[in-house]
Amino acid sequence: MTTLAQRRRRDRLTVLSFMAPVLLGLLVFLVYPLVASVYFSFTTFDLVNTPRWVGLRNWEHLLQDANVRTAAANTLWLVAVLVPARMLGALATGMLLARFKRGAGLYRTLFYLPALAPPVAATLAFVFLFKPGTGPVNSLLAEIGIQGPLWFNSPDWAKPSLVLLGLWGVGDLMIIFLAALLDVPKEQYEAASLDGANAAHQFRYVTLPNIAPVVLFAAVTGVIQTLQYFTQAAVAASVASGQATTGGGVSSTFGYPEGSTFTYPLWLYVVGFRYGALGYANTLAVVLFVVAAAVTVVLLRRFRSFL
Amino acid sequence: MPSISRKMAVIAAIALVSACTPGEAEKPVASPGTEASGTVEFWHFFTDREAKAIDTIVADFKASHPKIDVVVKSGQDDTKMLQAIGAGQGPDIGLSYSTDTVGKFCASGAWLDLEQYIERDGVDLNKLPATVRSYTEFKGRRCAMPFLADTYGFYYNKALLPTPPRTLSELTETAKRLTKRKPDGTIERAGFLPLFGFYEHSPSHLGPAVGAKWLNDDGTSAIGSDPAWLELLEWQKELIDWYGYDKLEKFRASLGDEWSADNAFHKGQIAMMVDGEYRIAFLRDQAKDVKFGTAPLPVSDAHPDWYGGGYVTGNVIGVSKTAKNPEAAWELIRYLTTDTGAIVKLANLIKNVPSTTDALAAPGDLGNDPDFKVFLDIFAHPHTSTTPPSAVGPAYEEAFATYLQKYQAGKGGDPGPGLKDVDKQINQLVQLAG
Repeated sequence: MTTLAQRRRRDRLTVLSFMAPVLLGLLVFLVYPLVASVYFSFTTFDLVNTPRWVGLRNWEHLLQDANVRTAAANTLWLVAVLVPARMLGALATGMLLARFKRGAGLYRTLFYLPALAPPVAATLAFVFLFKPGTGPVNSLLAEIGIQGPLWFNSPDWAKPSLVLLGLWGVGDLMIIFLAALLDVPKEQYEAASLDGANAAHQFRYVTLPNIAPVVLFAAVTGVIQTLQYFTQAAVAASVASGQATTGGGVSSTFGYPEGSTFTYPLWLYVVGFRYGALGYANTLAVVLFVVAAAVTVVLLRRFRSFL
Repeated sequence: MPSISRKMAVIAAIALVSACTPGEAEKPVASPGTEASGTVEFWHFFTDREAKAIDTIVADFKASHPKIDVVVKSGQDDTKMLQAIGAGQGPDIGLSYSTDTVGKFCASGAWLDLEQYIERDGVDLNKLPATVRSYTEFKGRRCAMPFLADTYGFYYNKALLPTPPRTLSELTETAKRLTKRKPDGTIERAGFLPLFGFYEHSPSHLGPAVGAKWLNDDGTSAIGSDPAWLELLEWQKELIDWYGYDKLEKFRASLGDEWSADNAFHKGQIAMMVDGEYRIAFLRDQAKDVKFGTAPLPVSDAHPDWYGGGYVTGNVIGVSKTAKNPEAAWELIRYLTTDTGAIVKLANLIKNVPSTTDALAAPGDLGNDPDFKVFLDIFAHPHTSTTPPSAVGPAYEEAFATYLQKYQAGKGGDPGPGLKDVDKQINQLVQLAG
């Protein structure tokens, strides 16, 4: 006869054994790197030799680092503009596509396609499209009498141009919004309509509450991805500067023009892998993690009150 | 008790983290006369045509060293190499495209100190030009050998000017004379595009024109204290103001990519520029109609006697700390960097400058090419300089370049305090790197 306590213990062990591979993965690939990163942030470390403890030196430097201020400001700008822009763009496109009956598959494919382009190739193509003087976008604008801006070559327009690039590749988010929109029960719209709700009311009181989990997901993942914004900023700056270097000086174009596209992960990469200051790079990484975690917690706790 | 357990857990975690980081390794050197044998892995960054040239030279080496087999891996970069060495999985031999890595690789010990091999085998380092010697060692530690060089000089369109400018004031005057503007004032052709960051117009490549100094002997920044930089900045700003910064940026934005056939010099959109010797091959391949000339960099008006020099950098090669067969690795490096026949053959295949005095004296076909000969002469000139190795790699160049982006746009304020601030940033980074 097994007692209840023994049975419960055996059940827990069974559950644990099933979860063990995942727990082991989390331990090795999440917990260990995280703990290691915090430890390295208090050391000087060059990837080759044993780290040397330097106390708070890296953290003190963080407060004086002008590049951190520039990079953080650019990254936060992108979080504030790119994330909402992509969410609104994806939602609007999703709502439009949800209405299509004939040719729905074709339109969905067309709008989703840009998201399949590899980020480097997509950015390259986008910068050439918007290249002042020779790119088709400014040529088209000139046809209708508008003098196009310098886009990626202008410190004022470079970040908005990156937002346009983000909007062009909004298909990944759009497909999730579309699935959520198609899942909203039609009866709720019919009932709202009978109650006299107009389109805006239906969107506010039917659509939005139903797709709230997807909106939250888009916001959280969008913020985290944008805090890690790297490839597009690096490639756009390099190509726009006309100096797409193949060898040395790969990071010398980062931030072009005038530091406007210099994001926090770019600085982290440069410090760690170009300058070999891995200890300080880990300090930057820990800050990035804490900010991402804090924003996620705030979004998860406060999200309901926004809707 | 729980608090003790927590403390123990923290100590264990730190111990675990520390234990999983690389440590030191000893590399014994064989006795003189010992013949190296076995397999070595050689990582380099070249691709396509240049990678084939490397294969050719390695095949020659294998033919003359039948006991050594070489596994060549092309298209590798420095970051990957450093990570691999840190993880204990690095190649036996690494070839880097940039002298920027020398300080980092030497200071960290990622590449072995070659002094013991050099002494044992009686390699004469005096056969390397002084500039080349300087960029292949760091604080007395010789962890790299030069593997061909890139030399930067001046290109001019012969259809527009028969002889190149020799001083910065001549360059300014010629640039203004050759610039063509459209009726609305926008630039149609620039005599010289003075923006830092445009193609190869970096402070590193233009610094030798005024004899500017990058670092002090202790590795700290000399940018803010060397008046030569201010001279270069004032010259550049005067020319930018003449063009108009906005007009220059608009013009630059309309130009093709440096490495494409649409390069502005190929297209006749700029009349003069600073570039490396490799541009000759690009021009002959992609812009056959352009009649171009090559020359040393124009120099400071205060030092016309400096004329003849330029900027030099190069590829560097070393033995990884984690090399499984350092003796055979050194044997290959010795062949590639000191065997005159191998250097000349490779230089002619890749169209780079040979990096020893013996090879420079008999550079093969390269010496018969008058355009290329200019770069060989620049390379050997006493006023040719390089960017010194630093423990933080290219940090000093990039911190300066970041400031210059703002300065040339008219947003950097007074360059005096601005450059002091650049010094401060660089020195902090040097300190952080240990």
